[in-house]
Amino acid sequence: MTEIWEGLRQAALLIATLDPDLLQISARSLQVTLSATLIASAIGLPLGGMLAVYRFRARRGVIALMNAMMGLPPVVVGLIVYLLLSRSGPFGVFGLLFTPAAMIIAQVVILTPLIASIAHQALRELWAEYHDLLISLNTTRRQRIVTLLWDARRALLTAALAGFGRGIGEVGAIMIVGGNIDQATRVLTTAIALETGKGNFALALGLGFVLIAIAIGVNLAIHFASRTEVSSRW
Amino acid sequence: MTLKFAEKMCGKSLRCAALVLTISAMGTGAAFADTMRMAVTTSFHNSGLSDVLLPQIKADLDLEVQLLVVGTGQALRLGQAGDVDAILVHSKPAEEAFVVGGYGPHRTEIMYNDFVLIGPAADPAGIKDAADAAVALEAIRGAEVPFVSRGDDSGTHKKELSLWQNAGLDAAALAPNWYKAAGAGMGATLNTASGMNAYVMSDRASWLKFANKGDLELLFAGDPVLFNQYAYLPVSVELHPHVKADLAAQLEAWLVSDIAKELINGYRLNGEALFTFNAAE
Repeated sequence: MTEIWEGLRQAALLIATLDPDLLQISARSLQVTLSATLIASAIGLPLGGMLAVYRFRARRGVIALMNAMMGLPPVVVGLIVYLLLSRSGPFGVFGLLFTPAAMIIAQVVILTPLIASIAHQALRELWAEYHDLLISLNTTRRQRIVTLLWDARRALLTAALAGFGRGIGEVGAIMIVGGNIDQATRVLTTAIALETGKGNFALALGLGFVLIAIAIGVNLAIHFASRTEVSSRW
Repeated sequence: MTLKFAEKMCGKSLRCAALVLTISAMGTGAAFADTMRMAVTTSFHNSGLSDVLLPQIKADLDLEVQLLVVGTGQALRLGQAGDVDAILVHSKPAEEAFVVGGYGPHRTEIMYNDFVLIGPAADPAGIKDAADAAVALEAIRGAEVPFVSRGDDSGTHKKELSLWQNAGLDAAALAPNWYKAAGAGMGATLNTASGMNAYVMSDRASWLKFANKGDLELLFAGDPVLFNQYAYLPVSVELHPHVKADLAAQLEAWLVSDIAKELINGYRLNGEALFTFNAAE
């Protein structure tokens, strides 16, 4: 129990003194996961819309596969991305391994199925509601998808935030492809793993509290900015 | 290069353009200063010696060395694949195989430190006054008290296996009810040993720096077989043309210099010297 109090104290101390290392790794955590969430949303949200609107033979299979891929083990994704980006792998010439770009790529792979799946669930219900109207207006498929995406934007925000939540706390993949290099690819989660390894539980816990605070902060900021849960609107 | 490839892959879509920009900006972000990557063992990094050496290297050579802190097994793999420019590890047979395999031109011995046996303060196996490391391990096996092994194919793990072999024991055949392979780094393994109040072998530096000692104590040290030689191996530029061989050579020259000698020999943790410089000039 004393370790937890000590952790809280360390967290407060780190924040109060605006520890430069802490600011740097927190900024990198945000940079990596926000970029990955944006890219994964740009792929996953339209993909969810397409799966709701289009009817094709393999549709069920694709949806089942996507749902299964929500549980992709990050450490396996990390290993595969690592082998692809390694100098002796197929994309080695780009020299991306052990850079933030590699961490973003790995997280995009992890987040996209999650975001697409949640988006698909939300859009499927809305499509059932809008189906007759949109067909009778003689809209193109593209217009239908855009309409669904716009009208379901609050549910889609939840999908994106779920993706962000999975990404910000993820350690398995980014540890492998980023390498946890000080000043270059160290983020909050890998720093926590490192400090735990050194037996510095209080500092590790302090970083953990900072991580949780950042996750809550981002969620609140986005809800505030998009004015959800305000009494006059739904 | 990255940019062109990605453009080709995604055509002219606007959304893609943003992605290309993000990724290319991040890929090149670290490449402005003179930087090289070196894979080092956890024991080297945990000792804190790197925090002393790296700033001096930066000042003397204007070279930023990015450390990848991994086990010796993974460090050698990173070197073989050409993902780092040099490695600093401690497992002579594996290093020699690395050079013979053509993955690196040579190995240069830099310094050594030593391994110690850690265990519960009560010392149920009675290894405190053992004559040598083999006797101590034999006593642990005889008492069947918990012993935590790294089990991660690292240099420390390989060392531990060779010590069991010296004692005439096959580590693979030891009973898992007391011989536990953690499959983790030195710090995590010490955490496990601390939680189980078990015996464990560690390098002296990691042990001194370790903050969660619990009821554990340093019980046995000093047998010459416990000495641990670190060597620097640049990665072969013939095999991997992108490797920064000139920077790796600069770093090597620095590591065997008198400045490095002074810093390494002078490094103290809790008043104890950890490393002994022994590079041949």
